[in-house]
Amino acid sequence: MTSVAAEAGRTRPNALSRAWAFVLRHVLTVYSLLFFVYLMLPIAVVIAFSFNHPTGRFNYTWRGFTWDNWLHWNAVPGIQSAITLSLEIALFASIVATALGTLIALALVRYGFRGRGTTNLIIFLPLSTPEIVLGASLATLFLHSASYGLSIPFGFWTILIAHIMFCISFAVVTVKARLIGFDRHLEEAAMDLGANEWTTFIKVTLPLIAPAILAALLLCFAISVDDFVVTYFNAGNQVTFPIFVWGAARVATPPQINVIGTAIFGIAVTLMLINVFIQNRRSKQA
Amino acid sequence: MDESVVTAPPSAASPSAENGSGPEYDIRLIGLTKRFDDVVAVDNLSLDIDRGHFFALLGPSGCGKTTTLRMIGGFEEPTEGRIELGGVDVAPLPAYKRDVNTVFQSYALFPHLSIFENVAFGLRRRRVKGGEVRRRVVEALELVGLAGLERRKPRQLSGGQQQRIALARALVNRPRVLLLDEPLGALDLKLRKEMQLELKRIQSEVGITFVHVTHDQEEAMTMADQIVIMNGGHIEQSGTPTELYESPRTAFVAGFLGVSNLLEGTMVGEDRVKLSDGTEVQCPREALGGRTGTVQIGVRPEKLRLGAGEANSLSGTVAESAYIGVSTQYTLDTPAGPVTVYVQNDRPGGQVATGERLTLSWSPESTFVVDSQEGLQ
Repeated sequence: MTSVAAEAGRTRPNALSRAWAFVLRHVLTVYSLLFFVYLMLPIAVVIAFSFNHPTGRFNYTWRGFTWDNWLHWNAVPGIQSAITLSLEIALFASIVATALGTLIALALVRYGFRGRGTTNLIIFLPLSTPEIVLGASLATLFLHSASYGLSIPFGFWTILIAHIMFCISFAVVTVKARLIGFDRHLEEAAMDLGANEWTTFIKVTLPLIAPAILAALLLCFAISVDDFVVTYFNAGNQVTFPIFVWGAARVATPPQINVIGTAIFGIAVTLMLINVFIQNRRSKQA
Repeated sequence: MDESVVTAPPSAASPSAENGSGPEYDIRLIGLTKRFDDVVAVDNLSLDIDRGHFFALLGPSGCGKTTTLRMIGGFEEPTEGRIELGGVDVAPLPAYKRDVNTVFQSYALFPHLSIFENVAFGLRRRRVKGGEVRRRVVEALELVGLAGLERRKPRQLSGGQQQRIALARALVNRPRVLLLDEPLGALDLKLRKEMQLELKRIQSEVGITFVHVTHDQEEAMTMADQIVIMNGGHIEQSGTPTELYESPRTAFVAGFLGVSNLLEGTMVGEDRVKLSDGTEVQCPREALGGRTGTVQIGVRPEKLRLGAGEANSLSGTVAESAYIGVSTQYTLDTPAGPVTVYVQNDRPGGQVATGERLTLSWSPESTFVVDSQEGLQ
């Protein structure tokens, strides 16, 4: 034994230590690769199964490649109207929430007023409250709306109001971050050069916080399209895309769900890449 | 407060350009006060700024000079008082309705606009025609020596260049008054010296009244032809650089503008002051200005001579000496108090060792007088 070990010891230490050195040198790389696999695998499965050709009602086993699902993405009854509704809600909710959120952020950063601290706290609440609580509370509010004198039936408007509500917080936080680093002298300079308050806002403030406003819009849109819990409580008989998926999954999982999921993922990544590209070009110009 | 308003508005109420008579004020501040909560930043300040002058507001940080400038510019609302621009009270007007432009300390160039659009910003707000805009922007850029950079963005320029663009952006509007809020603060020493002379040149070229805020006494002395020294929200003294340096009226001014020797004494005649050790010194009668009791007399270190050649003299032992190349700075302990003197190193080996006795003398004309027990030192 000892002689074997000793013999091996003579030849191996080099190889062993080299292997060990390799791991040490690349431990971060290996770890990162594993991490990315962990992150990306589910997405890869979703994308792959959008090209599956399932035989039964469930899209869980690989049966062969096809373009059919992409060509007939709306072949499943109800899927198209669900997507339309989701996009409509997301569009309106993100625009309204970003507009309101930008104004709130301006007020919070620019002005000292009674109740500023409280407002800051209230803005943070929807971010920290569990969605299920938000959804249930909103449902209670709408349910009793008749007793306050305005009857809002569950449906499009209740979903929209709910989405605007939780999107505002994200918009405020995003725009506020940009405003905190904003040089107030820029606005003073504009007014010094003859621009009134409105012109100053349009010509100086708005262009400078535009990236944050755009980011807030996209963030709100993504959160709104994606929301299930709050929507489920307040949708009535309306079906958004997440609700459609949830409903469908109980009886069947058509590959079209994967198609839509992949499409959303693709659009998001494309937008992100465009953004990175623009930012790179800008910083190169500077 | 009201007493200061008694001085009636000058003939400037009618545009003073027409009548060549009398002083022409571009800016009159009358009883100007600014309080932030219970802190008084500017305290009942009255000041006339003549047309076409290079005017410096000088003082330590927190003396109210920037607040004063911001009130003239329209960025702070005065708590009390009037701000007259060419005879018209502009205190109630917003910044964009005042015929003044500001060069900010941070330059405040619009980062999203090209240099051309930055400079053209004020002209566009006044709906100046396109060709005229182009001509005046180019002219302004030539004035500051940066023609050809129109298409760059502010962040592509160096600090010194940004500074010049900020100047061009303000001057292109041909304001009645240009306000400069410590514009050279962010530049390094060499560039700052260059810009001081450059600003002076530009001011005499355009002839616009410049009001320059700074805490750097050397900068103020180099550029301004009128200086106001502020301290604690009020004016300590105003005058030309020479007046302020040669005959400061308060200990604060004497200490703020360069080094000075201040010695306690008592009036013993119309032009004589007896120092604490009994030495009598002669002072110009007008400097004493009919004061009685205790005063402080002052003399600048470079006005002192070695030896007893002049009318006033003091003796003491050398306590400290510092060799500065051109000259050697000695601090003497005299019975009347410590005295600093600069001695030119005009021949090698002329240094005096510490502990040696020296006699210093100076002429009565080099003596100034300030009130006793005031401020600083």
